Amino acid sequence: MKKTLLLLIILTLGALFKGHVEIGKASTKTINGAGATFPYPLYSAWASQYYKEKGIRVNYQSIGSGGGIRQVTERTVDFGATDMPLKPEEVEQKKLLQFPTVIGGVVIAINVPEVGDKSLTLDGETLCKIYLGEIKNWDDAKIKALNPGLSLPSKPITPVYRSDGSGTTAIFTHYLSSVCSAWAKDVGFGTSVNFRVGIGAKGNEGVANYVKRTPYSLGYLEYAYAVQNKIGVSNLKNAKGKVVSPSVDTFKEAAQTAQLDPAKHFYVFMTNAPGGNAWPIAGATYILLAKEKVDINKEVIKFFDWALQTGDKIALELHYVPLPERIKTRIREYWKKQGLF
Amino acid sequence: MIRLKRDYILNTLFLFITAIGAFLIFVILLGIIVVLFEESFPAIKRFGFLGFVLSPSWDPVKELFGGAIPLLGTLITSLLALFLAVPIALGIAIFITEVAPRRLKEPIGVAIELLAAIPSIIYGMWGLFTLAPINAKYIEPFLQMTLGQIPPFVKLFSGTPLGIDLFTASLILSIMIIPFTASVARDSFQLVPAVLKESAYGLGATKWEVIKDVVFPYCKLGVLGGIGLSLGRALGETMAVAFVLGNLNQFPSSLFSATATVTVKLANEFTEADKDIHLASLFYLALLLFILSFTILAIAKYFIQRTQYK
Amino acid sequence: MIKRRKIINKLALFFCFLTALWGLFWLFFILVDVIRHGLSALTPTLILNDPAPPGEEGGGLKHALIGHALITIVATLLGVPLGVLGGTFLAEYGRNLKISRFISFLADIMVSVPAIIVGAFVYAVFVKPIGHFSGFAGAIALAIIMIPVIVRTTENMLSLIPWTLREAAFALGAPYYKVIWQIVYRGAGMGIFTGIILAIARVTGEAAPLLFTSFNNSFTSFDLKEPIASLTVTIFQYAMGPYEEWHRQAWGASFLITLFILFLTLFGRYFIRRRLKS
Repeated sequence: MKKTLLLLIILTLGALFKGHVEIGKASTKTINGAGATFPYPLYSAWASQYYKEKGIRVNYQSIGSGGGIRQVTERTVDFGATDMPLKPEEVEQKKLLQFPTVIGGVVIAINVPEVGDKSLTLDGETLCKIYLGEIKNWDDAKIKALNPGLSLPSKPITPVYRSDGSGTTAIFTHYLSSVCSAWAKDVGFGTSVNFRVGIGAKGNEGVANYVKRTPYSLGYLEYAYAVQNKIGVSNLKNAKGKVVSPSVDTFKEAAQTAQLDPAKHFYVFMTNAPGGNAWPIAGATYILLAKEKVDINKEVIKFFDWALQTGDKIALELHYVPLPERIKTRIREYWKKQGLF
Repeated sequence: MIRLKRDYILNTLFLFITAIGAFLIFVILLGIIVVLFEESFPAIKRFGFLGFVLSPSWDPVKELFGGAIPLLGTLITSLLALFLAVPIALGIAIFITEVAPRRLKEPIGVAIELLAAIPSIIYGMWGLFTLAPINAKYIEPFLQMTLGQIPPFVKLFSGTPLGIDLFTASLILSIMIIPFTASVARDSFQLVPAVLKESAYGLGATKWEVIKDVVFPYCKLGVLGGIGLSLGRALGETMAVAFVLGNLNQFPSSLFSATATVTVKLANEFTEADKDIHLASLFYLALLLFILSFTILAIAKYFIQRTQYK
Repeated sequence: MIKRRKIINKLALFFCFLTALWGLFWLFFILVDVIRHGLSALTPTLILNDPAPPGEEGGGLKHALIGHALITIVATLLGVPLGVLGGTFLAEYGRNLKISRFISFLADIMVSVPAIIVGAFVYAVFVKPIGHFSGFAGAIALAIIMIPVIVRTTENMLSLIPWTLREAAFALGAPYYKVIWQIVYRGAGMGIFTGIILAIARVTGEAAPLLFTSFNNSFTSFDLKEPIASLTVTIFQYAMGPYEEWHRQAWGASFLITLFILFLTLFGRYFIRRRLKS
């Protein structure tokens, strides 16, 4: 039915515009990618530099990881990006390829005027209860206990979450699920889950925007967005019970224990990592490719190979953690095995 | 003879081409319905009609989808917007036709219609950057202090005023739909025969009494049509609402809480639903919205046409 | 008693005056806000540069301006001929057919159908089968929104041409298609043109149908087979984003688009008025 309808539309409309509808032929000038908002500041900085150096355009649109998975599955983009790795069997079933590019941290952005420059500390359980709607006010006993020296206002907390399909949500809810059994049971983890309270915003951009504009709100963000927009972030208590603040170093430590295995298409979660100074909500961000589009994939991989070679500096400037050399080697081997490199 | 034959062929050809143009309307409409139905079929099969419409869950993890909240959200925002817009729009129509000095009629009419020309994305952005902060800081706390103190309204005005909520969304929607009701009402007011009005004036009626007892009853259908048209518009509005409603899949507990509408859900989740059943459910919502707005618009147009042929 | 009625009369009419003020208040509030923020954002770089990565200065909207113009032009090229032809059928060949009344009624409804649904429709029948977001898909979505508007205005404008004019031409032996081309179109030309202008004004401001069709592009592109940026989608992206620089540019884009649409609308209305007077 759809085919005939398409045909009908092309026949009636397209008759006027013959030259313009060339089905299935992809242009080589622009590489189109879409997905995760988590690495968007980085990818667009890379793309901008790549265009200056090589004259090849990489059009990356941050629509959310869910979008990245969906659009590459529908084959409407040349590559998808997601922070929630697909399970190995899912990668196979959708005929995709998956590899990581960079590691980042999800931080808890807060907008509490009274806290100002001082640092606020939270832990997994408290966060979970805030997002379940059980802790409603900033001066709740639980938060007070974690922050003895801080005077907290008696104002209701407005949690901000992602309304689109998001890998940042996946990493964050994976963390909540691993530290809080009520969350694991009632909500679970995924690119979009059924949030109980708060306001939804589109993309990391949207969460940053809403947290910034809404006093007494709290949201989860990729670190670069918080830094670029000068939004306050909280410390967290990690798996070892140590209070850590977000930084490239604590993200790095979280990544150290992660097993990025090419045989499993690099599927791994780094949340609640065991390291003593590890930031508890870290994750790698991934690229998805449609397996059968060999020619385009080669172009995409040229870009990411360039990025792995020369992009570390930009990544560090934006507070992402570049992949260790041994992982990069593994990724190149993975590409070679697929005949793309 | 040859000329006549050529004329005949060309005429038939032109008839044929124009007919295609006209039937295209039909094809597009049918296409939309068929495609929406086909794309939403997995969700229809899985959840049924009542099971979908009455279920409030929108849980992508457990793959349970229901449209109760966005559908209700769509209805609430639209009806609230109507509630705010209709008295204003009728007032404007009366002002232009009966009260305003002749020289001002046209400029005011045009200015009001310009409200409909401003793109909805501008309304949305302006709502987020300008109106929402004003609402959060002044108007909503003010409403809480005043109307919110009167017993039957306490619940309605409770909650934290954030500016990103039902109230702001409905207010923006109401501004957007004023021109639709106003212009239809104005047109039908102008159709009232002068004789009718003059005879009422002759009986000593005041202007307001003439409007209330002669003009209004005469134009009932047209005004209803205008309201229906506005409602149809409000139901389908996307961008203006997307900025200020918060897309929360919860029933609203007060005017100051976030919720979701069908259109906002579509704009936020359509390109991003990573599971097939999620996308199918979004198409299902689109289908229901399409049927709803189509029906309301059809009734409204029918009313408006009836008044014109009277 | 009479006094009370008079007071009620005055009060009610005063309320009507207030409602008009209310409407005008919002119009000026929005326009002044858009102009105020927009003018301060309007710099040469805004129009001449491609966007910079987020957080960096110096980006512009060149990509969106060009993309938006391209999409709108193609949509117009698709929508106008089809719409005018359809309207011609309804007002001329098919004027006595029941089905014409029905189609005309449907077109009237489709003018107000939710635009985002058109976007979803085009995504399903065009973007997905072809396997690419494209500027062309965006143009089709806009054309679908445009066609009913133009069908209806064309039909109305053609019906305004007195029937006697056509009969005079028939009497001279002219075939119907020539009468339409040379008499009817000539007489209704200005009216149809106005309708087209208003239809363009209507679709220029649409964002919802473009979200899933023409998508977005961070580079300037002239290729309609590729995703293409548009002003409205860019406004959505930038206004939702956290960066001050993005907000500034979103205001700039809003200013340009609002100005363009208001200009078209006022221009179109001016023509309608002139026509009705003559």
